[in-house]
Amino acid sequence: MNAPALREFSYRMIRYRRTWRGTAVVSIANPLMFLLALGGGLGTLVDRNGPAALGEVSYVSFLAPGLLAAATMQTAVLESTGPVYESVRGRGNYRAATATSVQPFHLYQGHLLFIAFRATTSALAFVTVMLAFGLSRSPGTALALVGAAALTGVAFAAPTVAWAVGVRRPSSLDSAFRFVVMPLYLLSGTFFSVDQLPAAVRPLAWATPLWHGVDLCRAISLGTGRPAMTIVHLCCLVALTVTGCAVGRTTYRRHLHP
Amino acid sequence: MALQTPADDVLLHADGLVKRYRRTRRSEPFTAVDGIGFAVRRGEAFGFLGPNGAGKSSTMRMIACVSPASAGTLRVLGHDPAADGALIRSRIGVVPQDDTLDAELTVRENILVYGRYFGLPRRAVRGKAAELLEFAQLTERADSPVENLSGGMRRRLTIARSLVNDPEILLLDEPTTGLDPQARHALWDKLFRLKRSGITLILTTHYMDEAEQLCDRLVVMDHGRIVATDTPAGLIGRHSTPEVLELRFHPGAQSVMAEKLADLAVRTEVLPERLLLYTADGRTTLTRVLARNADPLTSLVRRATLEDVFLTLTGRTLVD
Ligand SMILES: Nc1ncnc2c1ncn2[C@@H]1O[C@H](COP(=O)(O)OP(=O)(O)OP(=O)(O)O)[C@@H](O)[C@H]1O
Ligand SMILES: [Mg+2]
Repeated sequence: MNAPALREFSYRMIRYRRTWRGTAVVSIANPLMFLLALGGGLGTLVDRNGPAALGEVSYVSFLAPGLLAAATMQTAVLESTGPVYESVRGRGNYRAATATSVQPFHLYQGHLLFIAFRATTSALAFVTVMLAFGLSRSPGTALALVGAAALTGVAFAAPTVAWAVGVRRPSSLDSAFRFVVMPLYLLSGTFFSVDQLPAAVRPLAWATPLWHGVDLCRAISLGTGRPAMTIVHLCCLVALTVTGCAVGRTTYRRHLHP
Repeated sequence: MALQTPADDVLLHADGLVKRYRRTRRSEPFTAVDGIGFAVRRGEAFGFLGPNGAGKSSTMRMIACVSPASAGTLRVLGHDPAADGALIRSRIGVVPQDDTLDAELTVRENILVYGRYFGLPRRAVRGKAAELLEFAQLTERADSPVENLSGGMRRRLTIARSLVNDPEILLLDEPTTGLDPQARHALWDKLFRLKRSGITLILTTHYMDEAEQLCDRLVVMDHGRIVATDTPAGLIGRHSTPEVLELRFHPGAQSVMAEKLADLAVRTEVLPERLLLYTADGRTTLTRVLARNADPLTSLVRRATLEDVFLTLTGRTLVD
């Protein structure tokens, strides 16, 4: 990360100073509600009927790390769609910035850095709630969880930002949310173990990037991680990030210097 | 064109410059700028005049190094935009056609953020912002959000913002479009001051009076090509008679009358609601018109303007 990219990051932070309170409330309230409703309410039912399916842990302990990964992805994708689109077509901050000495790729890097910051802080808030519920074993685990969730967010943000810069209609952003983010959210093992899916569908779940994030967070949280699997997860998420950056380099140049 | 100045005084030089856009991946490329050439010297005010879609903004974006040329050569401040875009951009100022201010930030913040994008030190930008707000007469509004500004104020702010890096060249894409006459004159005044301070101005406009007021030299563009280059007075002298007699007849009668009166003028031009007679002496021509019992509803003798040049060169009016 270089100095010109930090200029875009600092612009984002100036804007964020105006809205951070709202996002902070959401970052705390969201996990609170989910863990109370699904963990407390639904979890009681699940635990009564079949704790064996989850490897003898309570449903809420199983759910929380998955939800952490999924929620961080959601935050990251939200930050990567609307605001990027607005910067090109709406408010036009990108168009203003491209007239200065920064290059399009600097804008990509700076914006992604800001999204990484947002993903990290919202993961931090989530893990704080988990700690409050007694759902994290140690501060070390908690920190590792924040890192893994933030990486998951960035892995999604990198390609999403690269794509969103070229989007012409806001409805495309909604479609992406409805047809990509929501199915991933629901089907990547957030709420249940993918082992319970029909055998035919299981490889599909493994192929979704979110599953790698979910499984990584869950392994860290429950202490069930195997080194080989952890490396696979990390590699997948990093690969997605790097690919996104490579694509973003091209799309930003093409769309901001048409 | 004879440029009897040393080559390093030519800040902007283009030759055979082309811009093609590909609308979709499969469609044929569309040529927006079709092989234009020009040279601008330090301290000049140089204008691009042309109707909608002529390729003015496309040209400006290539000069501003935010749009690569499809063909031809372009040198800005002696550098090639393809190789040294960021360096060139650090030495020029840009007032784009569309508003790119951040409406949620304050007036001052807009300048601060913009200056920071150039990598200027925070303290330096602060000082510069105060000075520029003064120049743009926006000091009182410094801390109000841009949302609340009028169109003229926004335009002044955009110009102030474009000066934050002390540019040698200022690119102004339709600086006064959409402003009321008073705001336009106020802006022209600012631009005069900048010109006097030695900044080279490159501007585009639809407005003849603006081009005549501000430009030392200008090119007339149409369909991506340059159809004429000269000083405003030179263009009028070369492509129009000194005076124009405008006559209005009953709707539909213009072209009939044009034939009847053609021999009284150097050239006639039929517009939907007016008939233009190009002549050296409008009053004499009017006397002759009246002597033929032509009876126009209204008549007007005026000096020829760049509008007439444009009409002569392209057969179309400039503002549709
Ligand atoms: N990014 C783009 N992609 C495709 N076509 C474009 C693009 N930008 C401009 N054009 C087309 O190129 C042509 C020239 O546009 P340009 O904006 O340069 O004209 P202009 O002289 O500035 O017009 P106006 O006076 O309306 O601002 C137009 O037909 C326009 O539709
Ligand atoms: Mg234009």
